[in-house]
Amino acid sequence: MKTLNDLKTKECARVVKIAGAGAVRRRLFDMGLTPNTEVLVRKTAPMGDPVEIVIRGYELSLRKSEAELVIIER
Amino acid sequence: MKISNLKIAIAGNPNCGKTTLFNSLTNLRAHVGNWPGVTVEKKEGKIDFMGKTVEVADLPGVYSLSPYSPEEKIARDYILDGGADVIINIVDASNIERNLYLTTQILETSAPVVVALNMTDIARKNNIRLDTSALSKRLGAPVVEICALKNEGLKDLLKACLKAAESPREPFDAFAGSSLEEPVKKIAEIAAAAGKKNPKMLAACAVESGAENSGFSKSEAEQIEKILSETPPHPVLGADFEAIIADTRFNKIGGVLSGILKKPAMSEKLTASDKADRILTGKILGLPIFLAIRAVVFNLTFGEDLLFLQSIAGLFGVEIGAVESPGVMLQGWAESLIEWISSGAAAGLESAGASGWVRGLVVDGVLAGVGAVLSFVPQILMLFLFLSIMEDTGYMARAAFLTDKFLRKFGLSGKAFMPMIMCFGCSVPAMMGARTLENPKERRLMIMLAPFFSCGAKLPIWAIFAAAIFPKNADLAIFAIYLSGIIVAFIASLILKNTILKGEPSPFILELPPYRIPTLKNVLANLWEKLKHYITKAATIIAGATVVIWFLSSFDFSLGMVETSSKESILGSIGSFIAPIFAPLGWGGGDLGWKAVTAAITGLIAKEMVVSTMGVLYNPGVEGDALEDEAAGTALGLAISATFSPLAAVSYMLFNLLSVPCMAAVATAHAEFGSTKQTWITIAFWLSTAWIVSFLVYNVGSIFF
Repeated sequence: MKTLNDLKTKECARVVKIAGAGAVRRRLFDMGLTPNTEVLVRKTAPMGDPVEIVIRGYELSLRKSEAELVIIER
Repeated sequence: MKISNLKIAIAGNPNCGKTTLFNSLTNLRAHVGNWPGVTVEKKEGKIDFMGKTVEVADLPGVYSLSPYSPEEKIARDYILDGGADVIINIVDASNIERNLYLTTQILETSAPVVVALNMTDIARKNNIRLDTSALSKRLGAPVVEICALKNEGLKDLLKACLKAAESPREPFDAFAGSSLEEPVKKIAEIAAAAGKKNPKMLAACAVESGAENSGFSKSEAEQIEKILSETPPHPVLGADFEAIIADTRFNKIGGVLSGILKKPAMSEKLTASDKADRILTGKILGLPIFLAIRAVVFNLTFGEDLLFLQSIAGLFGVEIGAVESPGVMLQGWAESLIEWISSGAAAGLESAGASGWVRGLVVDGVLAGVGAVLSFVPQILMLFLFLSIMEDTGYMARAAFLTDKFLRKFGLSGKAFMPMIMCFGCSVPAMMGARTLENPKERRLMIMLAPFFSCGAKLPIWAIFAAAIFPKNADLAIFAIYLSGIIVAFIASLILKNTILKGEPSPFILELPPYRIPTLKNVLANLWEKLKHYITKAATIIAGATVVIWFLSSFDFSLGMVETSSKESILGSIGSFIAPIFAPLGWGGGDLGWKAVTAAITGLIAKEMVVSTMGVLYNPGVEGDALEDEAAGTALGLAISATFSPLAAVSYMLFNLLSVPCMAAVATAHAEFGSTKQTWITIAFWLSTAWIVSFLVYNVGSIFF
């Protein structure tokens, strides 16, 4: 199973599902990370964490610990 | 003329221009308070429109009505309770897909809603085309194009609100045609039968978050459970209803927009904002630019040498005079003003034949209090000027992105960097700046750690002690005290996070909005709000405390006037009485211990007073304030090196560093917490940290030295 963290900068993928539970999971849904959404990894912060992704035409930043919850498929 | 009131609430995502719309509608005549029980800002304003008084309330910016964050709960309860006659749902046209997610939730209620399509100019520039009237038809609610920044479309928006208030609307159904259509309908019937308002929305909540979390009774919840268990599983998501609901909503939004939204395909073509972002958050220049911005902001607020010009010129062998930064200059003006008033009042009272205590009360008590209040205003203004510019341009989110990894070690998120740096200048604006943090626990943590980052007013204490005790390594000693503060903050954050501020770490799921040019109107509105907040919430405590401390230091218990802070004064008596508590720290015992203790007590009121009080107490014969007068300062230095052992001096410095920073900081913390209990906990936390650290350093140090 691949997660958002397995993507390199400028790589695209499709969301399969969101792992985890509670507030974090709901927040990810609310921000538009639902199944079949296209995601693009824009960049990683200079200190290596968080990452910046593009979804639904806008930019979102997530920590690696949260990106790990986003299961993807290439 | 018929006059009736109309109540409008503005709801929308963060970064969609909600505050701008609110400022434009109310024309900066807003009243800012808190929502009951929480420290989330509540803004309200009144306007006259077509012969009616229209009340406008600004709901907190949220991405959804999920019941998790305090902001979401407030927005949700307000909308569900029908707190407003009409809800304006402001939507960013350049980011419409995600913005409509909240819209689908709001439209599930039966409240009248007007959708305000904002940032239409940016959308047009990005080649996004949207058929507004078709959107209105599909959503079942009026849609008005506006541009809040340029005040365009506001009249049409208000007219639409007046009309919407009188025309009922069918709740939007995001689940029609999906696997959830039947269950949502059945649960809505249960809700309606129980006489609940907004049954459709409650039904969706029950599916998403569980029936009992959505206000249903136990027997109703059982019925709902049964309906859900009979629902055929989703082909991909099974019985994961939380995921199915979100998925269904976004699919519905896709359906609503299909055929009426034309936008360029997701391309690698970069907008101007993207190009700026590549540099500002890039691997190489991101952090250096960030640090440079912080250094400049700090310099403009607290710097005696504007933009380091004198130092830079010095590097090239050119000697020029230093120019004061705007923050310092404004503060100088504020001080001169209050000095001018004080001396005028003193002269006036003297010629009027007023007695000594009246003059003392007016000049050293009341006017000194007003002066103390005023002295923080320039720094608050400067800090919030920069904070609001950074917030409005979108750089704040980037700053958080850049520094999150580092600040997480302190249990704070990236946004805390600005207030944290400000602490080295002054805790008061820094604590007010903590409200940019979304998580209330993080806000509390930031405020509780604030004094440990040594502020400007403490520097004279370090200077005089370092020079007296470590004459050869004074600068190193001062550096060490700053560093120990940071180390204590780090350890304290670990302890607090695992005790009273325990809880799930706040997620860092942050939108990075496109860069925008800030507007003067928004910046001014923000400055005015913060200033008003400070004056109304903190100023009375600061001024009051100054009067009380004047009284305590000028009178003895029989209410006779005595030499300021002398042993006979109430303050000196208290100092003598509690001195034994500080004996284990190395400086509270002996015949002279009460002097150090009394000076430390005045330091709880204002750190500037420590050196002045010590000067008076240790060298009663010497003329002049040890803080300002060089000879008096030197004399105090000699007295210190004669009475303090090096370890006791370090322990005394640490106590002053870590204890209650000043009355103004306490007042500000209290205003930010909005809770007396939390304020007392925080005071106790500061005092005990100071005592424990000083105790450990003195006693462990005694083994070695």
